[in-house]
Amino acid sequence: MPEIFALILLIVISLGAAVYAVFTKKTITALIASGIISLSASIIYLLMAAPDVAMTEATIGAGLTTVVFLYAMKHVKGGEDD
Amino acid sequence: MIKYLLVFVAIIGIGYIFLPFVMEFSTPTKLNPLATSYVQGSVNELNMPNVVTAIVVTYRGLDTLGEVTVLFLATAGVGFLLKRKHDMVNHRRKCSEILCTGASLLTPLIVLFGVYIFAHGHLSPGGGFQGGVVIASGFLLLVMANISFHFSHNLIHFSESISGFIYVLLGLAGLVLLGANSFLDPRYLPAGKWLDIVSTGAVPIIYSIIGIKGGSELCSVIDSLQHGGTEL
Repeated sequence: MPEIFALILLIVISLGAAVYAVFTKKTITALIASGIISLSASIIYLLMAAPDVAMTEATIGAGLTTVVFLYAMKHVKGGEDD
Repeated sequence: MIKYLLVFVAIIGIGYIFLPFVMEFSTPTKLNPLATSYVQGSVNELNMPNVVTAIVVTYRGLDTLGEVTVLFLATAGVGFLLKRKHDMVNHRRKCSEILCTGASLLTPLIVLFGVYIFAHGHLSPGGGFQGGVVIASGFLLLVMANISFHFSHNLIHFSESISGFIYVLLGLAGLVLLGANSFLDPRYLPAGKWLDIVSTGAVPIIYSIIGIKGGSELCSVIDSLQHGGTEL
């Protein structure tokens, strides 16, 4: 039963991060929010007994994708507008 | 206003499309016949505790070869689009004390952990791709901490090419030694003891090769993104 509560908490966190990533004005906070979504998704995979997928999600989704987006933000100049 | 209305209608439509999957979902209580044969084959024929690795490397080995090829093509695209600037002006400021000390302490440990992940891919969770990404994140920390750090392009390209070549050669060795229908079959090496690191045929070698290949490709991506520019 505690696993159910942890899952619901993680789903709420990732939904909140997704809504925040859509509605925030600054691009960098949206990037951090998408990293939080990946991290909570990896914990969800771990709770659902898929450690391989959790490891892939944590390293690629939360680690490398965020870094690649940050580098892309460095290369794109003036990307604050819509 | 009409834009938001259309977006709302699209979201409702997508939800209506996916509704039957949610309504008809029931937790399966036993494995289907394909999964049963994979689980039994992984334990009995391949002597491998990690069923996911057995599927990824052996039963679906051709898909893994395709994944490695896709990763190579993506890396080549990034390296082609972000050409290296030769007259690079170094306008980064020096890293803080915490980042420098932490990077010099943590980078060897992170790389060692990546090697552990792909060398134990047949025993514990993880494998070649995950280990390669962990190694690349260790080198990313090194790149962020040291302004003057440069990857050796010859070393990256050599390890990437030679590991891809050895991967295909190991697959062809199964075809030669075990006969037809056994491309990427690792059973030409002895199965070894249960839970031994040198066991399950050629799977540890294949996964280490995949780890080296993925790590060097992602290091090459990081190098292109760090030092490259868009002067096309």
